[in-house]
Amino acid sequence: MNSRFIVRKVIVQIAFACSVAIQANAAEVNVAVAANFAAPMQQIAAAFTQDTGHAVVLSFAATGSLYAQIVNGAPYQMLLSADRKTPARLEEEGLGLGGTRFTYAVGKLALWSKQPGLVDQEGEVLRTGHFEKIALANPALAPYGAAAVETLTNLELLEQLQPKFVQGESIAQAFQFVATGNAPLGFVALSQIYENGQLTEGSAWIVPASLHAPIKQDAVILANGKDNPAATSFAAFLQSETAIRIICSFGYVCQQQ
Amino acid sequence: MTIDSPALQAILLTIELAGLTTVLLLILATPLAWWLAHTESRWRTVLGAVVALPLVLPPTVLGFYLLVALGPHGPLGQLTQAMGLGLLTFTFSGLLLGSLIYSLPFAVQPLQHAFEAIGTRPMEVAATLRARPLNAFLTVALPMARPGFITAAILTFAHTVGEFGVVLMIGGNIPGKTRVISTQIYGHVEAMEYAQAHWLAGGMVVFSFVVLTGLGLLNRRHRRVLM
Repeated sequence: MNSRFIVRKVIVQIAFACSVAIQANAAEVNVAVAANFAAPMQQIAAAFTQDTGHAVVLSFAATGSLYAQIVNGAPYQMLLSADRKTPARLEEEGLGLGGTRFTYAVGKLALWSKQPGLVDQEGEVLRTGHFEKIALANPALAPYGAAAVETLTNLELLEQLQPKFVQGESIAQAFQFVATGNAPLGFVALSQIYENGQLTEGSAWIVPASLHAPIKQDAVILANGKDNPAATSFAAFLQSETAIRIICSFGYVCQQQ
Repeated sequence: MTIDSPALQAILLTIELAGLTTVLLLILATPLAWWLAHTESRWRTVLGAVVALPLVLPPTVLGFYLLVALGPHGPLGQLTQAMGLGLLTFTFSGLLLGSLIYSLPFAVQPLQHAFEAIGTRPMEVAATLRARPLNAFLTVALPMARPGFITAAILTFAHTVGEFGVVLMIGGNIPGKTRVISTQIYGHVEAMEYAQAHWLAGGMVVFSFVVLTGLGLLNRRHRRVLM
């Protein structure tokens, strides 16, 4: 009984070792991705693998978490950050490869409610609406949260609305608060409520770009990915027409092609 | 580097949350643990498993279900709204409710073990001396189960202090209301403010160590007393 169990265990281990060896032959890139970019990233990765045969392994988390992991030796070859600051900092610290930084997406901020008709096209609801809570991402952590605060500051509504803030630790959580109805409305990334060029549900106001600094999201190849052909190739693919079309369809600013 | 006021606020709030949770849970868990320790019912196993669920479930699962259940479309949310309490998400009461569920096994299980260790004999003796059941429970069983109560109180308090996933999911990070130490640490780490994170995180390590050592010492003393 016991020995049979051991034999089985050894066979499993050999099988596992073989599968690892096979994977090692094909080029593979481990990409750490900011949570707000999860949906487009999956489509882009699939298209990339189809095009080049390289495999992409994706890890999604908040940018701050990813940074802490990278500093402490996480095996990522590339980072797609939710901001510009983190890739720049990694490059300064020698953990990002110099000259590999680029903006892969520019985010759009939206005021969203699950309730149809609650949010009007001009965002007047912020002034006139009788709501008890408004969700946003923590402005100290998430660029979309900072953009939301900047927007409210420019509308001169920050002081009035601040007591109603409920903050998610990331834009994903701010979305969750609104999606579950716990907050009647909130600032989310347009990419979270947008697919194939239209709103998936509820009502939204797409905040004009003039009300906040552009939410530029930068990518960088990490020191780990130095001699990895898949990493270089993926960086190029992210700037290709195919990728830009996908990114645009998910509610990011559509860049010139 | 000193402890700044947001940190102090988070620490005080955490102590308030853990203290209230401990008091309420000891009250709620005592009859439950007594029943579990003595019943012959076939529901015992089922209820025991339900009580133990928070031990094995990831806190994010609890937090997510609480967020949905307490929300305007969830059963608990509709109940609290009908009662005129509004929604409990993003409130201290909501966190308290979450903590009661999250720390339930840490209160029930030590008490249940203590009651089981006492057995039925002392209560039977008390009954032959014409003590009423409630009277016998208060004067015989409770004092004998004292080590169990101390263990339950310390574990519940410490476990609630360490609560993170549930608070993160239903808290909304409101200073003075729902921002506790663990979420404050998370915020510092995310914002790359490692110095502040170290202060609070280091404090938590020391606190946990002291609590567990104290618990060990207490248990040793009680064992000696009982022998």
